[in-house]
Amino acid sequence: MSTKIYVPCDSSALSLGAESVAQAIVREAAARNFEITLVRNGSRGLYWLEPLIEVETANGRVAYGPVQSGDVAGLFDAGFLGGQQHALALGPTEEISYLKKQERLTNARVGITDPVSLDDYLAHDGYKGLKNALTMAPAAIVKEVTDSGLRGRGGAAFPTGIKWNTVLNAPAEQKYIVCNADEGDSGTFSDRMIMEGDPFVLIEGMTIAGLAVGATQGYIYLRVEYPHAHKNLNAAIAAAHQAGYLGSNICGSGKAFDVEVRLGAGAYVCGEETALLESIEGKRGMVRFKPPLPAIKGLFGQPTVINNVISLASVPIILDKGGAHYRDYGMGRSRGTLPIQLAGNIKRPGLVEKAFGITLRELLYDYGGGSASGRPIRAVQVGGPLGAFVPESQFDTPLDYEAFAANWAVLGHGGVVVFDDTVDMARMARYAMEFCAIESCGKCTPCRIGSTRGVEVMDKIIQNQDKARNIQLLRDLGDTMLAGSLCALGGMTPYPVLSALNHFPEDFGVDKTSEAA
Amino acid sequence: MSLQRDKDYGTPASPAEQSVTLEIDGFEVTVPEGTSVMRAASSIGIEIPKLCATDSLEPFGSCRLCLVQVEGARGYPASCTTPVAAGMKVKTQTDKLADIRRGVMELYISDHPLDCLTCSANGNCELQDMAGTVGLREVRYGYEGKNHLKSEKDGSNPYFSFDPSKCIVCSRCVRACEETQGTFALPIDGRGFDSVISPGQHQAFMDSECVSCGACVQACPTATLMEKSVIDKGQADHSIITTCAYCGVGCSFKAEMKGAEVVRMVPDKDGKANHGHSCVKGRFAFGYATHPDRITSPMIRKSIHEPWQKVSWDEAINYAASEFKRIQAKHGRHSVGALTSSRCTNEEAYLVQKLVRAAFGNNNVDTCARVCHSPTGYGLKQTLGESAGTQTFDSVMKSDVIVVIGANPTDGHPVFGSLMKKRIRQGAKLIVVDPREIDLVKSAHVQADYHLKLKPGTNVALVTALAHVIVTEGLVREDFVAERCEVDSYRKWKEFVALPHHSPEATEAATGVPAETLRAAARLYATAGNGAIYYGLGVTEHSQGSTTVIGIANLAMATGNVGREGVGVNPLRGQNNVQGSCDMGSFPHELPGYRHVSDALVRSEFEDAWGVTLEAEPGLRIPNMFAAALDGSFKGLYCEGEDIAQSDPDTQHVHAALQAMECVVVQDLFLNETAKFAHVFLPGASFLEKTGTFTNAERRISPVRRVMPPLAGYEDWEVTQMLSNALGYPMNYGSGPEILDEIARLVPTFHGVSFKKLDELGSVQWPCNESAPEGTPTMHIDQFVRGKGRFMLTEYVPTQERTSSRFPLILTTGRILSQYNVGAQTRRTQNNAWHAEDRLEIHPHDAEQRGIKDGDWVGIKSRQGETVLRATVSERMQPGVVYTTFHFPESGANVITTDNSDWATNCPEYKVTAVQVTPVSQTSEWQQQFQAFTEQQLSHLEKASAG
Repeated sequence: MSTKIYVPCDSSALSLGAESVAQAIVREAAARNFEITLVRNGSRGLYWLEPLIEVETANGRVAYGPVQSGDVAGLFDAGFLGGQQHALALGPTEEISYLKKQERLTNARVGITDPVSLDDYLAHDGYKGLKNALTMAPAAIVKEVTDSGLRGRGGAAFPTGIKWNTVLNAPAEQKYIVCNADEGDSGTFSDRMIMEGDPFVLIEGMTIAGLAVGATQGYIYLRVEYPHAHKNLNAAIAAAHQAGYLGSNICGSGKAFDVEVRLGAGAYVCGEETALLESIEGKRGMVRFKPPLPAIKGLFGQPTVINNVISLASVPIILDKGGAHYRDYGMGRSRGTLPIQLAGNIKRPGLVEKAFGITLRELLYDYGGGSASGRPIRAVQVGGPLGAFVPESQFDTPLDYEAFAANWAVLGHGGVVVFDDTVDMARMARYAMEFCAIESCGKCTPCRIGSTRGVEVMDKIIQNQDKARNIQLLRDLGDTMLAGSLCALGGMTPYPVLSALNHFPEDFGVDKTSEAA
Repeated sequence: MSLQRDKDYGTPASPAEQSVTLEIDGFEVTVPEGTSVMRAASSIGIEIPKLCATDSLEPFGSCRLCLVQVEGARGYPASCTTPVAAGMKVKTQTDKLADIRRGVMELYISDHPLDCLTCSANGNCELQDMAGTVGLREVRYGYEGKNHLKSEKDGSNPYFSFDPSKCIVCSRCVRACEETQGTFALPIDGRGFDSVISPGQHQAFMDSECVSCGACVQACPTATLMEKSVIDKGQADHSIITTCAYCGVGCSFKAEMKGAEVVRMVPDKDGKANHGHSCVKGRFAFGYATHPDRITSPMIRKSIHEPWQKVSWDEAINYAASEFKRIQAKHGRHSVGALTSSRCTNEEAYLVQKLVRAAFGNNNVDTCARVCHSPTGYGLKQTLGESAGTQTFDSVMKSDVIVVIGANPTDGHPVFGSLMKKRIRQGAKLIVVDPREIDLVKSAHVQADYHLKLKPGTNVALVTALAHVIVTEGLVREDFVAERCEVDSYRKWKEFVALPHHSPEATEAATGVPAETLRAAARLYATAGNGAIYYGLGVTEHSQGSTTVIGIANLAMATGNVGREGVGVNPLRGQNNVQGSCDMGSFPHELPGYRHVSDALVRSEFEDAWGVTLEAEPGLRIPNMFAAALDGSFKGLYCEGEDIAQSDPDTQHVHAALQAMECVVVQDLFLNETAKFAHVFLPGASFLEKTGTFTNAERRISPVRRVMPPLAGYEDWEVTQMLSNALGYPMNYGSGPEILDEIARLVPTFHGVSFKKLDELGSVQWPCNESAPEGTPTMHIDQFVRGKGRFMLTEYVPTQERTSSRFPLILTTGRILSQYNVGAQTRRTQNNAWHAEDRLEIHPHDAEQRGIKDGDWVGIKSRQGETVLRATVSERMQPGVVYTTFHFPESGANVITTDNSDWATNCPEYKVTAVQVTPVSQTSEWQQQFQAFTEQQLSHLEKASAG
């Protein structure tokens, strides 16, 4: 009997040597005359354990990791095909506490299935949501999503159902579904994990969105730096086509929907939805002003749903299990789950999908195990390069859009980047300005000139020039950028800059009591 | 007189009919739905600070100076991009807004040179104004940070300079190039702080695709893009609105003046033909008016082989009059005639024809429309009842399918070409009928749905085949035809076009247009909604020019595409006042207002007004004059502002005719080709030196206002008046407007026109009378001018000009953007930087066969003559067809054209000449003679100056 072995094809595992591990396993099995079936699954998201390989046993899947190719012979020797003990043995995968405590709704299949196997997808509750949606009126689908309380997971947290409703009610001959897969925030990878590990769920989510609003064409705007996601998405799209889940007659319903992947060209600002639309249209990635909202006048001037990968990938389970099921997770106005990505100076980096309400402290210590360096965690940046720095004093804040906003912080796309006590927060503030200067599209003045001036002002502060005056200038510049920028790039750069200054004035050479605001 | 600075509302007006009421700074304001908050505020005098917004361009939202606060709304929306909403309460001034605006200005100025006092925009700089408005007092960033202050200046364009160190990256120039001009030559290069305006692909302006229309210069709020004339002379002190004297678009311009000197010509935002847009000619090429070649003293000579003599005005006028009188006494009343000018004003054209009819006592008057749009006059009069286009230019913005036949709007009528391209970018379909791949066929964001690349001379076959498809496929708008057209003529026409030999399959061999393509184009035109046909000299300048015009009118009637906006039959008139000169009775058979001289009632009206007896027989057309000159019966010609020696076909014939005359009087700005054959030279006045009106291709009568005194002392009409008086027929007009009053009295379609009305309305489209006091934008709305529309049969008769083994290629001709017709004006400007010589365009296949490479000298020989040009090998051409422009006299394009002409109007067949092209090493014999003759004539002129 053949033994099933899982070696992830996720790019984090690959970058840690999963490919040579897979080859070594095939080699060893052949040499030892073992019959094995090698499955290239997605990642479970336990990155400090990658490459994490799993063996299917009578007692379920058991895990070993991190495995290097040199360990493979030893694993065979130890009888890992029977789930036997080994120094790298982690026990039954589902029992690993990091995973066990999670509430995986969106990532339910990631790491479990063969990402490009439609059969595997169907065997694990895939396309159940679409089947339901096909029996529903468009407005009813939109209502289900509205009822779920799902909010945009790209960072802006706009209620998805309300956005869809606008598109549904916008009369047009052609509408579009656009998936924002230009995941560019530092420390984030949940979009990538979905696209590499379970691309069908995204395609299903987009198809449901198409049915809901009357769109027949979808585009996935994928950052060029995700070649494995590109490959898996295209393979999944082809398989879905083949099986009639995409095309002119979805599941025999007479309804049409198609998806095409478009690659970005490396500009961070193209993750901003309107710049993204410009880019798909073949133009320079420049931010458009709003209104008109993309929901009214989006891609090629037509009503367009533009949602993040996680938002769309959360739709199938909502349509499968009902809006109420999803809404039952979470707190306050933040309903459902959020795939949190732990990165930076953290012992156990990885993906943690949890209902809203978990605190930063739980994430950092219960899941993350504290800093990788072993030193005290001094600050975390939540929500990407435009997110605020959160000091230790606020680690008990629950993950909730409103609770973070009350602290002048953001949840964003759920990326958490950890810094220990060796961090120089003035340098981090300078870096935030520099990031904006490098990535600015150059359209609006506050961002175009302000970010460059911001770097220069930070340099003066770091060099101790005319400090009080330059600190004031930095604050004024922050206000100008916050209030005056055209999009969130310039508009949110003051979050990391001013949060660093406000929470860590001592790093700016400023008296803590006089500056803390 | 003061310097008019146009109010800038920040964003374009909303066309919506529904209005919205809101409150801005406590004031209630009602504006059309879709208006921006910025424009709404501006409409009640609240000017919100702005830099990237200007009302000629769509809002962009980049400068962030115009942020406002809206009650109940989050943040600080940009007022330029925020549309008004009912009940909205807007605050445009708060402490917070003041902080933001100062913050933004502080950033701008941290990367801007501080040389305001010596800057060319000083006194007219929006950046300077905004710094003042927001109260910027300090730039705390200092000036040592990253900046663009050392950016290199680009002075490659002859008319404007580009100084990137002053650029604020508002993208107004980029957007103007895209939205207004449609050339897309100016992108932004780089990102973030490194964003810079960069013509083409890191090119200098002159090396890029820039067409120098000036839209970017117009849009620039700083000194970044600045007219060199302003850099040289400083800001103007006053301005006067006038009308461009180049093509038939008739753009309105604001002449910005310093004393009697034009500092710059700025397209007039309120101009109804151009809406603030311009082209390289009207915008920049006005320097000819003060060119040293201008002749400012009258001259006479007994023979063209003698030097000129400078004389007083009296002497010149008296000499000319005595010569005409002598000739008439000796050779009879009909031995003299005159040509009116399509470049002069209506009043001047009117006066010349009046002089002919009243002082010469004959009808020997003609005009250069003879050689361009006379078939339009005939064809449209016969079918629709009026010798003019049916629409306004703006009408194209409501067209769903645009058909361009034998016209090249982006070169010939550039400002209208830009409007057309804008509509095409909005989604209108385009059909181009042209032997050559003109720019419209494929250029930035514009592509023809069908290009019917026909063989020159086969227009009638093609147009009739289009009709065949429309009729046989049941695409005729029968309801329209039944209600609006003659039943009988329609029935006959329907039977005629349905004949099998008119089918696209049958005509394909002649036209070279694949039948399926032609069918598809016909279906598109007939069924796509509003269909508009625009045509030019590629239609008229053929032996069957009138037939094609008739065929076009037939198509429009059959498809119901007449009588509303978005449709129509639209001749693109070549010269500024060719419509007007025709309206003014410049043809030998028509009195002003297109009324036939044989009509006794009409004649008696004019006889009463002019106090003379008028001839009932039509006079001589231009070609008849030449023929009569050569047979000895026509001896004297008064030629005002037209250069027949260069522009008329078969040059050798024309030159011989001129030499056969005893008195040729030329009234012109320069010693043009015709003047080389003249005995009297009367200095003309440019459009800047006179007051009157021009009528453009959309029948729009626009005011021409004198901005400087005539260099030679008199406006052209004054000279005609003096000549008339000397001939014994008294004229006593005090001004151009006074002549217009007489025209208004005598021409029914002008009854309501006066200079006062033009002062009030800006311009007005004829008919303008009791039933249409503010003019008539669209003609034939309820019924055709002639009552019922008349279908006429259009049998294709191939031209006699055939290719043969000796002359295997067809030569056709056209114009280019930077030069204008005979080039007398533009050749005396820096427009030569774009086009310094006429070239022969030839398909690579034909070139290869003859061993011709790009840039080689080639001889072009027809049955008529031979000339030599350099070759441009180009796939714009189809094999078998070659092409040239005719802007330089030494090119001798008309040395090779034939004396074939339109059967109805004698319009020459410039567009079809059978030629052979061969590589050569020297100029043609004609060119050598031309050069010798020119040198001789210039020395005669020099002697006059010396004397």
